[in-house]
Amino acid sequence: MTAAAVGRRGRRFGRDEFRDVLVRHRTVSILVGMSLVGFLLYFLPYVPPFSLFNFHQAWLNSFASAGVFVLLALGLNVVVGLAGLLDLGYAAFFAFGAYTYAYGASPFSGNHAPFLLMLFLGAVVAALFGLLLGAPTLRLRGDYLAIMTLGFGEIVPIVFLNTDEYTRGTNGIGGIYRPDLPILGPFGALDNFKYFVVMVFIITITMILLYRLQDSRIGRAWMAIREDELAAAANGINTVTTKLLAFAIGATTAGFAGVFNASKLTIVSPDQFLFAVSFTVLAMVVLGGMGNIWGVAVGAFVIALIQSTFLTQLNQFVSTFRGIPVLDILSRVNFIQYQFLLYGIALVLMMLFRPEGLFPSQRRRMELRVAEELDPEAEAKALEAAAASETVAGGGEPTDPVVVGAMGPPPGSDEDTARPYGDDRS
Amino acid sequence: MTDANLLDARRVTKRFGGLVAVNGIDFTIPERSIVSLIGPNGAGKTTFFNIIAGIYDPTAGAIRFRGRQMIARTHRAFLEPFLWVGPAAVMALVAAGAGLARAPVTAVVALGFVALLLLIVMLLGAVARPLWYRRLLVRAGIFRSSRPNDMVEAGLGRTFQNIRLFHNMTALENVLVGMHCRLKANWWDAMLSTPKDRAEEARAEIRARELLHLVGLRDRDGELAKNLPYGDQRRLEVARALGSDPALLLLDEPTAGMNPRETQEMMALINKLRTELGLTILLIEHDMKVVMGISDRVTVLDHGEKIAEGTPDEVRRNPRVVEAYLGAPAA
Amino acid sequence: MTAIATPASPASRRRPAWFLPVVSLGGVAAYYLLLRFVFGIGEGTALQQVANALSTGAIYALVALGYTMVYGIIELINFAHGDVFMVGAFVSLFFLVQVLGNTGLTAPITNLPVLLLLIGAALLVTMPLIGLLNVGIERFFYRPLRNAPRLAPLITAIGVSFILQNIALVIAGSGDESSPQIFPIRDWRLSIGEITIPYLSLFVFALAMVLMVLLQTFVGRTRLGRAMRSTAQDREAAALMGVDLNQTIALTFLLGGALAGAAGVVWGLTYGYVRSDLGFNAGLKAFTSAVLGGIGNITGAVLGGFIIGFVEVFATTLGQTRWSQFVVFVVLALVLVFRPAGILGQQVGERA
Repeated sequence: MTAAAVGRRGRRFGRDEFRDVLVRHRTVSILVGMSLVGFLLYFLPYVPPFSLFNFHQAWLNSFASAGVFVLLALGLNVVVGLAGLLDLGYAAFFAFGAYTYAYGASPFSGNHAPFLLMLFLGAVVAALFGLLLGAPTLRLRGDYLAIMTLGFGEIVPIVFLNTDEYTRGTNGIGGIYRPDLPILGPFGALDNFKYFVVMVFIITITMILLYRLQDSRIGRAWMAIREDELAAAANGINTVTTKLLAFAIGATTAGFAGVFNASKLTIVSPDQFLFAVSFTVLAMVVLGGMGNIWGVAVGAFVIALIQSTFLTQLNQFVSTFRGIPVLDILSRVNFIQYQFLLYGIALVLMMLFRPEGLFPSQRRRMELRVAEELDPEAEAKALEAAAASETVAGGGEPTDPVVVGAMGPPPGSDEDTARPYGDDRS
Repeated sequence: MTDANLLDARRVTKRFGGLVAVNGIDFTIPERSIVSLIGPNGAGKTTFFNIIAGIYDPTAGAIRFRGRQMIARTHRAFLEPFLWVGPAAVMALVAAGAGLARAPVTAVVALGFVALLLLIVMLLGAVARPLWYRRLLVRAGIFRSSRPNDMVEAGLGRTFQNIRLFHNMTALENVLVGMHCRLKANWWDAMLSTPKDRAEEARAEIRARELLHLVGLRDRDGELAKNLPYGDQRRLEVARALGSDPALLLLDEPTAGMNPRETQEMMALINKLRTELGLTILLIEHDMKVVMGISDRVTVLDHGEKIAEGTPDEVRRNPRVVEAYLGAPAA
Repeated sequence: MTAIATPASPASRRRPAWFLPVVSLGGVAAYYLLLRFVFGIGEGTALQQVANALSTGAIYALVALGYTMVYGIIELINFAHGDVFMVGAFVSLFFLVQVLGNTGLTAPITNLPVLLLLIGAALLVTMPLIGLLNVGIERFFYRPLRNAPRLAPLITAIGVSFILQNIALVIAGSGDESSPQIFPIRDWRLSIGEITIPYLSLFVFALAMVLMVLLQTFVGRTRLGRAMRSTAQDREAAALMGVDLNQTIALTFLLGGALAGAAGVVWGLTYGYVRSDLGFNAGLKAFTSAVLGGIGNITGAVLGGFIIGFVEVFATTLGQTRWSQFVVFVVLALVLVFRPAGILGQQVGERA
């Protein structure tokens, strides 16, 4: 459907046609794309600028950790980007996934359930809490969701912190068992490659499922709600259930990410799930381009890498300036301390100047820019003009009062489209 | 007679704060008719329309649609939240009691979990309103009006006075959204891309193209709604409303802002919808030529009250109507 | 009872003017009796807790007013407002430290005229500054997005909140910054028999009430206040009637910011410390207050602020300070489930 407009452009097999093929065979293109990405990332650390910073193992490790953020961002993108809801407590669902795994597979609880089962269970628990939070809130006006999730994200770590008999409070639950998977075998502390492979696999599956959902009847309903909630309801969409579904799917994805992260770090503690995490993921989604699955994934990956690797390297690098006259000031700056300030500034600037994100989807760009073209004053004037033409009536110029946007055909050029109705349908 | 009426409104009243927008209106729409609602600006036509469509709750009165009471004043709605929390609270108390009675920890945790599940189930019921939940409401004596989407599901389609298309979706997608409640694939089907889902999508697309064709938008299906010319946007809104296979179509000023030729075409389309699809149509219009030309019956509102009703000719000769419209060029 | 969004709500017409004060007083008395006899807390402690709750509630109420006015007028949850309050507390701290440093006064000032003068000066410095900060935020970050999809200003507000918080973090560090407690808490106490209550609590409460009455009068009686109310009702209609939208919205932010600034001064006096993440928690509680009272409703915000203050102090009294945040969240959730329009708000007719 998205490709329907393509045919007009030209015969040559150009970029548009290529994109068309990608859209049509989305599953295949994601499989191919993610295999390529995984392959390239595996060899990337051998290439000079990257090989200078870190060892291959360390790179794979940070890739796998960045994958956790990619997964989180993909999930939050469903909520924020596709359904247009603001979820500020996303880390809470991440926490539920992680703590579920910690209970399922650690010496603390005495259980040792298999990883795949826990992956599933963690997602279910996160989804249940998503439903619990979303169902009462989503029937209200949209803003309440933002504040409810903000509060929820704030208290979930506090609850884990305060119930220390069951969660060991600040210390967290440690010694969590690592996965043991059919083909890959048991994971060890140094098996970064295995974690990397599992992560690429999970992300691939998630992306395929999310793309299918986006292109389905439900994806259309999300888009309709994002555009005009009242009109969506007046066209038979149960807006509350549809929004709730998006919210629950976001929570589920966070649950997956939580289980994976717990199995990788082998420790969960409340301070891993503070508001800063929710905020970081939101910044990733916004910077990557809300509503664009690939864009969000890339954005999340890049930011996570900057956060985990680049800033540390930068700190080490500038610390060598110590004692050099002018550069000495730089050497005292702790860049990690500034990262949230930078995210905040980035968020604000993006909203003001480039709301569609750094890697926008074609569609979302048009949508977020609509405010400029469709400002209410112009609309009001157009309506007035319409009313005026109505009273004058009597065969004036055929006016097109609400032609919005520069892309609309000029008035009067629609001669051929306004043909009489239904001449050949009976 | 009442059996032949598709919609039956009794003494519908709506107040906003101190303002009475609609005051005790009785109104019926017979099957397969075209009924018009006219009146000066601010007469309460659109408010009445929105009550029928399930957007506003009436302050008093009730509306039956296809023989079922769909809309009335909410009754004991404040009880509903207790319904959501009640079962879970009881279960939580049981769990607490078990804890005090030194029951094994796993049992207490399990009971607590059941309480949580009960809460979630009730909340989901409130959101999706399945049959068991609606029965529960009836048993508790709670009445809530149908929501807009319930009305669509029951067979009502509508357009808006100020066009409210999904501007950044294509014409085809707009119609597909209109068909949403008639499509059955759920998220599970969509994620797995089951054959059922694919077949349904293909069928839906064919049907959507038919509808676009019907309203005269044949080659425009890939165009974004906001790039369509004004008249086409109006027609697309009609096609979108037809997507849900409505029995009753509410058109809010379908010819507003159109030139005479476009108006003619819209009138032809409305007539065709009745003869070919067997639709019943309720129309709000300003253009008297349109109203008098196609309506079977006309109802006139002024200051929220019904001042006249009858065939177009009767209404035209009614002195109160003339008075209400005095000075308006169309009268 | 001037409600910014619903000036002529039928509910406010039905209730006589004495209704709310009497019910509030009754509530306070009931709270005291509850502590005293149900939870068996000593007479002195119980009274002390009531006083604490009044001053804590006053701070939340002042901050909540900013949330509720902004929401009433542009339907935006101004997430940055809590952090604006935090900046206010820092400005007041900085001012007092400078004054004390340059005049040789030491922290508890027992000379009443000097004390009042100093507090007045702190308010005079902080309130306009923070008001202007809030106006600036509106001008540069929210105004360009006024016609954008709703998500955009919300995300911007969160961004601004993080910017303010992290600027404070970079400047002041992550620990507590101690603020001079110029009001003598230990020595100045109202004694009723054996029981003593610090005058500070009463002073804070009185100050907050004065500011709120001023605000109420401004919104209810003046031309600009009328412009605010009409804009809150229907922005387009107000604009057509000749109300200058930009000016009115800026004024709303100015007032909200000034009240947050006053709350910042009061915070420093009461608690004696300021930290960069103060705004986040206080903001969440203040917003909960606004929702509890009925968002967009000025009286409601004040009422909600005091209720949240009492709830929080209650948790502290029972020795459960670490759960106070949790309790506040549960209150928010219950309000949204049982009465989403808040205590004084009108139930919204439109279902969507």
